[in-house]
Amino acid sequence: MLKSVSRTFRGGIHPPTEKQHTEKKPIEVMPPPERVFIPLRQHTGAPARAIVKAGDHVKAGQAVGKGPGFVTTIMHASISGEVVSIKQRNHPVFRHCETIEIKSDGKDEWIFGTAHPRGQADQLPPEDIKRIVTESGIVGLGGAAFPTHVKLSPPPEKKISLYILNGAECEPFLTADDRVMQERTEDIVLGLRLMMRAVGVARAIIAVEANKPDSLKVLKAAVSRFSEIEVVKLQTKYPQGSEKQLIRVVTGREIPRGGLPMDVGVAINNVGTALAVAEAVCDGKPLIERALTVTGSAIAQPKNLKVRLGALFKDVIEHCGGFSAPPVKILMGGPMMGIAQYTTEVPVIKGTSGIVALAAESLNIVESQTCIRCGRCVNACPMYLIPSVLGILCERHKFEEAKAMGLMDCVECGCCTYVCPAGRPMVHMFKFGKMELFKQAQKKREKEAK
Amino acid sequence: MDRQLVVTTPPHIRSAASVNRIMADVHIALAPVTIAGVYLFGFRSAVLLAVSVLAAVVTEAAIEKILKWDVTIGDYSAALTGLFVGLVLPPGAPLWLGAIGSAFSIAVAKMAFGGLGKNIFNPALAGRVMLLAAWPIAMTKGWLQPLWWRQEGFSFWTLRVADRLGISVDVITSATPLAKGGAPDPYTMMDLFTGRVGGCIGETSAAALLIGGAYLIYRRLIYWQLPASFIATTGILMWAFGGQQGLFTGDFMMHVLAGGLILGAFFMATDMVTSPITIRGQLIMGIGCGAITALVRLKGGPPEGVSYSILIMNAFTPLIDKYTVPRPFGEKVS
Repeated sequence: MLKSVSRTFRGGIHPPTEKQHTEKKPIEVMPPPERVFIPLRQHTGAPARAIVKAGDHVKAGQAVGKGPGFVTTIMHASISGEVVSIKQRNHPVFRHCETIEIKSDGKDEWIFGTAHPRGQADQLPPEDIKRIVTESGIVGLGGAAFPTHVKLSPPPEKKISLYILNGAECEPFLTADDRVMQERTEDIVLGLRLMMRAVGVARAIIAVEANKPDSLKVLKAAVSRFSEIEVVKLQTKYPQGSEKQLIRVVTGREIPRGGLPMDVGVAINNVGTALAVAEAVCDGKPLIERALTVTGSAIAQPKNLKVRLGALFKDVIEHCGGFSAPPVKILMGGPMMGIAQYTTEVPVIKGTSGIVALAAESLNIVESQTCIRCGRCVNACPMYLIPSVLGILCERHKFEEAKAMGLMDCVECGCCTYVCPAGRPMVHMFKFGKMELFKQAQKKREKEAK
Repeated sequence: MDRQLVVTTPPHIRSAASVNRIMADVHIALAPVTIAGVYLFGFRSAVLLAVSVLAAVVTEAAIEKILKWDVTIGDYSAALTGLFVGLVLPPGAPLWLGAIGSAFSIAVAKMAFGGLGKNIFNPALAGRVMLLAAWPIAMTKGWLQPLWWRQEGFSFWTLRVADRLGISVDVITSATPLAKGGAPDPYTMMDLFTGRVGGCIGETSAAALLIGGAYLIYRRLIYWQLPASFIATTGILMWAFGGQQGLFTGDFMMHVLAGGLILGAFFMATDMVTSPITIRGQLIMGIGCGAITALVRLKGGPPEGVSYSILIMNAFTPLIDKYTVPRPFGEKVS
């Protein structure tokens, strides 16, 4: 069943998609690198702790880091070889993080868990699926990297009635999800069904933007056998892949402020995550590699790649022919929400959906002017905020007022900043405001604790 | 290589939108009415417009130089204010009037508040209202007959026609269509639509204004809701209360087309800086402007209420903004 969704969320923008560079290129397997760097923090939640020490020999797929609590994930070696060091190193998100460095022995020996045949996956008890997902260290591969096993274990009082698989991939430049949907269609549907089974949901929707017609076609064919799964075509618009907006589009329901998808009876995951779940359950393969897009105006040969986690950006870019022009910005993720890197010596982590290197001409770096109150940000904001006023309040350090106007609701999608004719760095000011509020709250807590 | 990498917060791409482009777009939108005004009222009005624009630009540059601010005349906004001041002057007004009006607009209504984006009142209208208060005769006696220059003894290039002392009776139109008391020249609805009536340089041709307004809407610089609610409110109120034969006998179309209503509704009330930021707020502003315009036309001393209505509503903009904050996503959902 292919249903077209004409309704859409209010706000949003239409940046150039730039997907033409890689959308037709099949995912290429990048050979395992000589060295990998496995940071112990690759997810939302508490960092893991190393369970190996320098000098240990590890195999690909062997657990090397374990978390102390529930909201954390297990880290696995992504190549076989010797643990060289465990120390603070560059991290693409947190700047620095305790990182396990592994030097390859060239053998690429794998050690995997139990493989459950694909045909019998349907009979697996939900508890087993959750356990396998936990042991495989799977996190949301859309970019936020929230531990998947946590999502699969909603509190019993929350009744989940719908599973949404997010194949929107609305960020410009990125095409890895699109390719995964085309090349691993069956496994994605299988992964979705496993997750539905784990949570106990009877109905699912796979949501894909209209600019991925090939993915829509193959997914539609693949779900035709399952009456409980529906494929929905979405209008192409940014930030459609944002959880809150996607749920609004698909179900018409709004997640309450400060709430989670389960508050409106929805569980939601990225398509890449579904693939990882299928591979973990049916192949016994933990999350040690992921598909990502290497692209941008400064990359010589833009590609979709399957990369071992822990490979350095440098090596990945080298595999794509290096730079064709001097890069001015190198991003982990897409140009709307990606994180700018100050060095290419950072590892690919679980949340790396793409590496985008931009040359000077694709960046429109402008000086910030006074807000002229044009209201474009207000119309672009998918969270119905007034970014212009929030930005001014943050600028003037009136954080409490900004909070009262919804600063904490901002999802940092960047629509306001994208459309602003005065070049105001609004997302920057919001991040600053949120951080200051966080610091104030922390101080207050400390004071009360005394 | 790594040393050259730029690290900023996202987003890393931007649309091509810029303040310059917006201001340039408004200039483009004003081209039809500027051309129409110059055609109707002769080369003299072109000179008046040029003087107004020049005065605005020079004033802004001078103030910024003196205060050691960045000189911002390159954003075209000062020129725009000057052009607006010129367009709302009677075509026979003396040239110095345009210069003083523009200088006041920029110096007092714009720069004194901190420059572009920080002013509360529409600078051009503030300038016009100042001129109305200070030189009421010059501001209400300079009406010219449309296409006066076609009369014998004149040419399009005639400049001295409206030197206040030497103004020729032949080219004076007795009043604008909205003037109370006096007997206006006969005109048809078509005249009002094309602009062949007395009035300010830029207000008479509804056709040219609508073309410009359509361009602004097409370029998404304004939303149709504000001009529509402004014009509709004025028209309906004048139709209801503006007739000589009792209620609902007023001339709707005449009141919409005559005077500066269309110019005000599409170009002045919609000024980004001084109008509410949400569409809901702009609707309120439009209705408010319409009501005040109608009130002035019905009960007020001056024949026209558009300038006053917009300035008064400008003062309410912060209040409107405060009470039209949209419902945040996820608020009040169950």
